[in-house]
Amino acid sequence: MTPTRPSATRIALIAAIAGGLAAIGATFLLVNIFERKQEAKNPFFRVVELNDETEDPSVWGKNFPLQYDAYLRTVDQVRTRFGGSEALPQAPTEADPRGQVAQSRLKEDPRLKTFWAGYAFSVDFRKKRGHAYMLEDQTFTQRVQQFKQPGTCLHCHGSVYVPYKKAGGGDLMKGFEIVNKMPYTEARKLATHPVSCIDCHDSQTMQLRVTRPGFLEGIKALKASQGVADYDVNSMATRQEMRSFVCGQCHVEYYFKGPEKRLTYPWHKGLKVENIYDYYEEVGFTDWTHAKTGAPTLKAQHPEFEMWNQGVHARSGVACADCHMPYTRVGAMKISDHHVRSPLLNINNSCQTCHRFSEAEILARAENIQAKTVALRNVAMDAVIALIEDIETQKKAGATDADLKAAWGHQRRAQFYVDFVESENSNGFHAPQEATRILGEAIDSARKGQLALRPLPKVARK
Amino acid sequence: MRVPLTLVAAASTLLGMAAGLGAFTFVYAKGNSYLTNDPKACANCHVMTEQYEGWQKGSHHAVATCNDCHTPHNFVGKYMTKARNGFWHSYYFTTQTFHEPIRIGAASLAITESTCRSCHSDMVEAIASHPGPGGEASCVRCHPSVGHREFGAVGSVPGGVGH
Repeated sequence: MTPTRPSATRIALIAAIAGGLAAIGATFLLVNIFERKQEAKNPFFRVVELNDETEDPSVWGKNFPLQYDAYLRTVDQVRTRFGGSEALPQAPTEADPRGQVAQSRLKEDPRLKTFWAGYAFSVDFRKKRGHAYMLEDQTFTQRVQQFKQPGTCLHCHGSVYVPYKKAGGGDLMKGFEIVNKMPYTEARKLATHPVSCIDCHDSQTMQLRVTRPGFLEGIKALKASQGVADYDVNSMATRQEMRSFVCGQCHVEYYFKGPEKRLTYPWHKGLKVENIYDYYEEVGFTDWTHAKTGAPTLKAQHPEFEMWNQGVHARSGVACADCHMPYTRVGAMKISDHHVRSPLLNINNSCQTCHRFSEAEILARAENIQAKTVALRNVAMDAVIALIEDIETQKKAGATDADLKAAWGHQRRAQFYVDFVESENSNGFHAPQEATRILGEAIDSARKGQLALRPLPKVARK
Repeated sequence: MRVPLTLVAAASTLLGMAAGLGAFTFVYAKGNSYLTNDPKACANCHVMTEQYEGWQKGSHHAVATCNDCHTPHNFVGKYMTKARNGFWHSYYFTTQTFHEPIRIGAASLAITESTCRSCHSDMVEAIASHPGPGGEASCVRCHPSVGHREFGAVGSVPGGVGH
């Protein structure tokens, strides 16, 4: 049999079908590419062009009026059962032009004056209020007016990203170092705004990014201690991590390292209170010498990031922004609520997405945790005050430094641990078991300190 | 060389039997139902009953079928996904080597996340349109029960709060 050539019609038919299929495939690809390009388009109307120098939040507000509007609301002073503050009127003076302040914690709890005797905090310490006040309150607090503070303080209380870059001739870290060394009164002139959009957002893509040198170095040290070398948060953090890291730029424990007053987050051994305490012991750091006891004492400052990290919400991947800037619907749009405040003032958006209970029940659970923490904190505070008074009595009776050394060590630890919980702004909610554990350890240290000052009673002879 | 007639007859019979068995299996397993959009087809296998019932009680019952969330919203993607899922579902259900409780795979999860955005893009533009090196926000992390709600999840009351 001779093989027959396929007919011309047959070839034409096959070619037509093949061509048709190829055309369908190519069109599908083209339309797909078009769709991807559409997806990348800007979701907001660019009224103004923003760049990496746009410090003023009101300029950002022209492109993002909804977020800006919420951001402005942080001037509202609303208290919760254990947190927040109410607006307390005060007569403005030339030194302090503020017409409203928050209540003094020192008046509310006079034990704090003994607790912090010899340190600026024993002179002026007030309840917290919103981000809008951060620069103003720092400028006019007696802790800055009556005491010479370094420019480092500005790192967390103003929009310093642009000022740092300007001071450093374009170099953020260089500017940071220069401003640290300035006296606060000089450095203060460089800042104009409290925390601003530019401090957390990239001006072109609105992505979250870390701008604070303190956090950049702190998280690098922490990751190094966990075996991750050269950690660069801005390229390596996940989106959900960033939603906590941008808050962790400032809501942290810190100290000023060395004569250059370099802001340092003490995370080289880890984030737990004992890791931080061990680090301070290793580097031999002391905040001040206690005026009543002479002990080398440490001050803890607002360690929300460290505390939250120990709790079940952090373990479950819930970020700061999930509760404190929850997604909220405005009209037909879903945006993050930039009115940063207590979630207890916004239980529906902050909690009920995941916790399907009534608002009253959720509030009751949160207040239950906070009440228990506050009660135990009271006990711990009494214990430390009792130790301070004992040491003071011994000192006045002629005890030497050598006699008091053991008790000082216990006071240093007890005081730091109590302060860790006292200065942390969740009243235990961020990590209830951890807060309780820390206070338990503090009470133990305080009482051990008292025991160190006492001989054992002799056994009675019959 | 000529092929013996008996061989041709035997081969044809075997081929015919194979085709017949295949056709019967296809009909018995409701093969053509998988070309439709009917959610009942996905519940052909009883292992999917919980999800089917959850969908019936869920918030998206009236607006989305299984395909609307679990296959891409374009012709080629949809049928390729059906084909791929169909093969693997058959494989794993036959060999019973899938994880229990059943878990969605990474590729299927990515498809579902994209279909959320496909319908709700206007609503979530402001929060979901700028993925960076850190990746995108996940819809189902906070909204796990809008498709087929599960009973017994934290705080849930049958027919209770919200969706």
